[in-house]
Amino acid sequence: MTSIALVRTGIRPFRGAIVTALLLVWLVGFTVLHGQDTLALGAADTTPLHGRLNDLNDAVGANRNSNPLFLYFFNEIRLVVDQLTTFISSLVSQPAFGRPVPLIGWLGVVALVGFGSWALGNLKVGLLAAAGFTFMGLQGLWQQSMDTFALTLSAVLVALLVGIPLGIWAGVSDRVNRIVTPVLDFMQTMPTFVYLAPLTLVFLIGPASAVIATLIYAAPPVIRIAAHGIRQSPKETLEAAQSLGATRSQTLRQVMLPLAKRTIVIGVNQTIMAALSMVTIAALIDAPGLGRVVLRSLQSLDVGTAFNAGLSIVIMAIVFDRVTTAASVRVERARRTTSRIPARVRKVALLVGGAVTAVCLYLSYTFVWAAEFPTDFDVGSPISRAASAVTDWAQLHLSALTSDFKELVTNSLLNPFQSLLTDSPWWLLFAVLVGIAAVAGSVRTAVTTALCLALIVGTGLWFDAMTTLAATLVATVAVMALGLVLGVWMGRSVRVDRVIRPVLDAAQTMPSFVYLVPFVALFAASRFTGIAAAVVYAAPVAIKIIADGIAAVSPTTMEAATAAGSSSWQVITKVQLPMSLGTLALAMNQGLIYVLSMVVVGGLVGGGALGYDVVAGFRQNALFGKGLAAGLAIVLLGIMLDRITQSVASRAQATTDHVRH
Amino acid sequence: MTIPSQFTEPAQSSEPSAGETMTTAIPEELVQSPSLEAKATAGAPAPVISVQNLWKVFGANADGVPRSEELRALPRKELKQRTGCVAAVCDLSFDVAPGEVFVVMGLSGSGKSTLVRCLTRLIEPTAGRVLFKGDDILQANERSLRELRRHNIAMVFQHFGLLPHRRVADNVSYGLEIRGAGKKERSQRAAEVIDLVGLSGYESSFPDQLSGGMQQRVGLARALAGDPEVLLFDEPFSALDPLIRRDMQNEVIRLHHEVGKTMVFITHDLSEALKLGDRILIMRDGRLVQVGTGAELVGAPADDYVRDFVREVPRSHVLTLRWIMRPVQPDDQLDGPEFGPEVVVREAVRAVLESERPIKVVEDGRLLGVVGNAEILAVVAES
Amino acid sequence: MFRTTGITPRPRAVAGLAAAGLALSLSACGGAKVGDTAAGAQSGGGASGKCGTFNLAVNAWVGYEADAAVVAYVAKHKLGCKVVPKNLDEQVSWQGFGTGEVDAILENWGHDDLAKKYITEQKVAQDAGPTGNIGVIGWYVPPFLAKQHPDILDWHNLNKYANLFATSESGGKGQVLDGDPGFVTNDAALVKNLGLDYKVVYAGSEAALITSFRQAEQSKKPMIGYFYSPQWFLAEVPLVKVNLPKYTKNCDAVPAKVACDYPEYNLNKVVSTKFAQSGSPAYQLVKNFKWTNEDQNVVARSIAQDKLSDEAAAKKWVDANPDKVNAWLAD
Repeated sequence: MTSIALVRTGIRPFRGAIVTALLLVWLVGFTVLHGQDTLALGAADTTPLHGRLNDLNDAVGANRNSNPLFLYFFNEIRLVVDQLTTFISSLVSQPAFGRPVPLIGWLGVVALVGFGSWALGNLKVGLLAAAGFTFMGLQGLWQQSMDTFALTLSAVLVALLVGIPLGIWAGVSDRVNRIVTPVLDFMQTMPTFVYLAPLTLVFLIGPASAVIATLIYAAPPVIRIAAHGIRQSPKETLEAAQSLGATRSQTLRQVMLPLAKRTIVIGVNQTIMAALSMVTIAALIDAPGLGRVVLRSLQSLDVGTAFNAGLSIVIMAIVFDRVTTAASVRVERARRTTSRIPARVRKVALLVGGAVTAVCLYLSYTFVWAAEFPTDFDVGSPISRAASAVTDWAQLHLSALTSDFKELVTNSLLNPFQSLLTDSPWWLLFAVLVGIAAVAGSVRTAVTTALCLALIVGTGLWFDAMTTLAATLVATVAVMALGLVLGVWMGRSVRVDRVIRPVLDAAQTMPSFVYLVPFVALFAASRFTGIAAAVVYAAPVAIKIIADGIAAVSPTTMEAATAAGSSSWQVITKVQLPMSLGTLALAMNQGLIYVLSMVVVGGLVGGGALGYDVVAGFRQNALFGKGLAAGLAIVLLGIMLDRITQSVASRAQATTDHVRH
Repeated sequence: MTIPSQFTEPAQSSEPSAGETMTTAIPEELVQSPSLEAKATAGAPAPVISVQNLWKVFGANADGVPRSEELRALPRKELKQRTGCVAAVCDLSFDVAPGEVFVVMGLSGSGKSTLVRCLTRLIEPTAGRVLFKGDDILQANERSLRELRRHNIAMVFQHFGLLPHRRVADNVSYGLEIRGAGKKERSQRAAEVIDLVGLSGYESSFPDQLSGGMQQRVGLARALAGDPEVLLFDEPFSALDPLIRRDMQNEVIRLHHEVGKTMVFITHDLSEALKLGDRILIMRDGRLVQVGTGAELVGAPADDYVRDFVREVPRSHVLTLRWIMRPVQPDDQLDGPEFGPEVVVREAVRAVLESERPIKVVEDGRLLGVVGNAEILAVVAES
Repeated sequence: MFRTTGITPRPRAVAGLAAAGLALSLSACGGAKVGDTAAGAQSGGGASGKCGTFNLAVNAWVGYEADAAVVAYVAKHKLGCKVVPKNLDEQVSWQGFGTGEVDAILENWGHDDLAKKYITEQKVAQDAGPTGNIGVIGWYVPPFLAKQHPDILDWHNLNKYANLFATSESGGKGQVLDGDPGFVTNDAALVKNLGLDYKVVYAGSEAALITSFRQAEQSKKPMIGYFYSPQWFLAEVPLVKVNLPKYTKNCDAVPAKVACDYPEYNLNKVVSTKFAQSGSPAYQLVKNFKWTNEDQNVVARSIAQDKLSDEAAAKKWVDANPDKVNAWLAD
């Protein structure tokens, strides 16, 4: 306790000096010991550990028909999930009950989605939802969109069914929270590619595996956010309930849950977004839908068609996002309306809407024109052609420019930095990183860092991990640079925000597989391409966080700064940024995690290192163990970077608070 | 503005029986709180709440602190350095009489909010006893503790602690709801208390549509709804504007008159303490510094800390004649007007100054002493 | 069944009227009912029905897709099978033999490890004969480069051109670009054992590899990389194969010591043991299925370049080649 206090207070002024000293030691060590003890491992080479992991996988496969765990547990889960998914599919996407078409045709789905969004949110999002779904049909992708819709819906339903109670439990109990948190970290950072193949071994090829793969990635947000929402209940309100003699369950039902409702809806939103981001990957194990269109067009480098499918996913994501956001606002506002007249009008309107929806459902059940999306209007082909034309043009005219840029960044920044990380003796880098963690964070952070690094050495993939770390950090620098420029711009102007935000949403939800081909054309198969793809995915998150942080700087302080005669630049650098330090650190933390989640995608376009190892493990039986080890290494890097940035963030937050007081 | 009757109510357990010494010098035993406590229990009505050697220590191995003679005596800072534990409440003892308004006053960090939470075990005390009408709350099982909270002791919070998703009426009747009262009974009782606190017409508003003062009225109504014997107030008005705060203080005084509940009131504001409290307990770093009536605190501060506290208080508003009267001297002309010993100085100023002779302080027909121009002016000039 | 009268749960005047009005006006314009088309769409061709379900793995490259399209088309329309295509990775497809969810793989490239595991050890799968396609793996350069430096096609001269192939990824050496990690490759060993001043860089996916070749030819940028035929892309850009030391039997026995070119692969079909014993006509079809690289390329081109659907591309080829198809259907 006291020693930590000493570190916190005593060493503070020398922190910068210590970091500098550590970096100097590293540089000197690098120059002298360059190339020694780098623990490099060839692309096709494996360690005994990897072999053992392989054997484990084989054992699972060999015993799956006799093991009681399979017979009574996994098989039961599979059956339930399969049935749920098949049921939802038979409603909207797959022929069922002896009919050549699903029960509900396009008209019914559009009406139902529009009406539901209106009822849960407002009229605006209702119209948006109806228009969005119609657009998917107009692109000629109705069937595939509905397959994706059904699968995502099933995954989200199961995720919420399991996740919300678990999140509430974790919110109420510290012990559960402590157990659940690392598991969630694991679920979110372990690349899906690693467990995709074993998953089909456990849950077989079919909807269950696809749903469960999606679930593993998509459930954590709602669990975390529900727990957070429960934890956030104002202490005094809880005390008040307690002081009135409320039991634990009364407090939970009557106080905590109603108060956390809005936060939980935000968790639902995040879970839906995460589920949609799995659409393409799930297609690798036969999940039907838009993901398959993307993968299929990737085979023939058909960027246009891939873009059609990607656009449908983006639209679905935006519709879901806006609807859940509107729903959370409604949850908030529902209790504020004291005048009952608008509520009554709305009720009657909803009743009429419900009736119209029912008619549409009936029509789409009965008549072919309302069941099968008409093919008369083809919006898809022009869009596809335009997308192809744009990428062709860019590939032809910009590639010289982009290639030079890639060379510049790679040679002047990435290569030297990567060399510094990979060619230093592992123990030197180990010591330096732990030292930095101790100084930048706390003793606790240093212990976590040491543990993670030791385990990375244990995976036998130190060299690859350091290569990946280099690329990750370079990408994060780019993310933060973009985040600062665009985030500040958006934070200072509502109009700019309104224009840029949908673009960010699209960049975040567009499956990266769609733009991999043009990126490879522009930047060649290289680590840089991996970095570029990661930046496209991660920058929107950082930009949004920073924009929100800047916008949240208290207007009084801004007024004071302006009154003191500050220029815009001075307001930004002396007021808005310093006061958003905590937000900036949070943006960096999220940026890092998002970048890390793109490591595998980087492996598909020449990024090499851990990403390639994971892909190779998926593609080649003999390398499964190595792929799993690489996945673990990614998780470990993720936990390490997360803990370091979090402790830096809380320190920055403390400084910000200090500034604010 | 002040209501004298507040301070002259009979049967105060801490009545300074040392008044007979007839001296303006402060009776030694008044300062010694243990002796005061001893007197309080003797002959006075049985206390509603009796706190005995209460400890609350935060930190690892907190249990060990109250048990160790050595650690018990350590000041808070040293204890923290030695063990890492923070002692929020240290060895506190006091009684609260039925119908009394008992104020606990201290600066932030003095442990007063922890103390009030220990009374119904919203915070689990580390050691000691808290007796409610003779039963030790600390020994109560979960069920009877819940019953106690539902029926006997209610609390009003600094930041109100209202349920934002419920309307005013539902907030007020929440306590009745969780005890399982029927809907009709709830709404009837809610209407009554809402009327009592002056919120009629706002039954179906939501808390965030009300001003801070009105929200606290809801908090007050909620506490009153269950008709408890004791009301606990945790700095209920410190989040309010000064004017509203004054209104609310008067509201509490009015309610105290109307419903006559025993109240334990936490505050950091001395004037509030003096205005409301029959007796005031001053806390510092978790320990009791002094307990007594406002007049006792002002007239006989236990130490420099209390003295510093009460320095700005206009003495004439607080001190009673008992504190400034002098013994009768042979040459005193004893045909002046008569006053009781608990009359506040301010109330007697005019009478003393207008009278040719010193006024007589008389209790139960006995002449306790006299107050002349010199005595009055000494007090008035000082404040 | 829905009835228009039962639409509104508690019909309010307005709601009910509006709904009824809408229902009337919409159902008035009616059109074909779903049930009417059911008969036609459900069973294609003269189905004998005894075929049942045929689970066909579809691996993720266009050549395979062409095989699958044609076999699925024939099985569905000539044999009346219920074809369930499963879009899977190779490893997962083999795994599917074990779990009983995959009946056949149509184009298998070697995969000795998987064959050992599932055919020899677990005995859940078996060889179903060659597809007739010959797989050729090797190092290729874009045509413009072969024209510019004809001697580059001899591996002896590769070191001479090494710096031509240097990229930001190859650390000063020449870059040999490899593609999908699932494909058979000896390239790292080749570079080492042939003493080449090159470094193997892993593009990580077929799409990245093809894009790189396309971009290289388009912008006339030198490049050398791993490639193979049959592949639809060779029709767009006819890459030229570099001659590595000739393959001799067993010269690739020890992976780390390989110093020769890749062998020619007789691509084969693999089926699950259960499927082979089921007596399904689909099994006979798979077993008899055989065609040439040219045949496959025709279908692959229809899919990849003409953007036909699998079904349409297959129909086109089947209609044009009745003799070949009938040969497959003969017992």
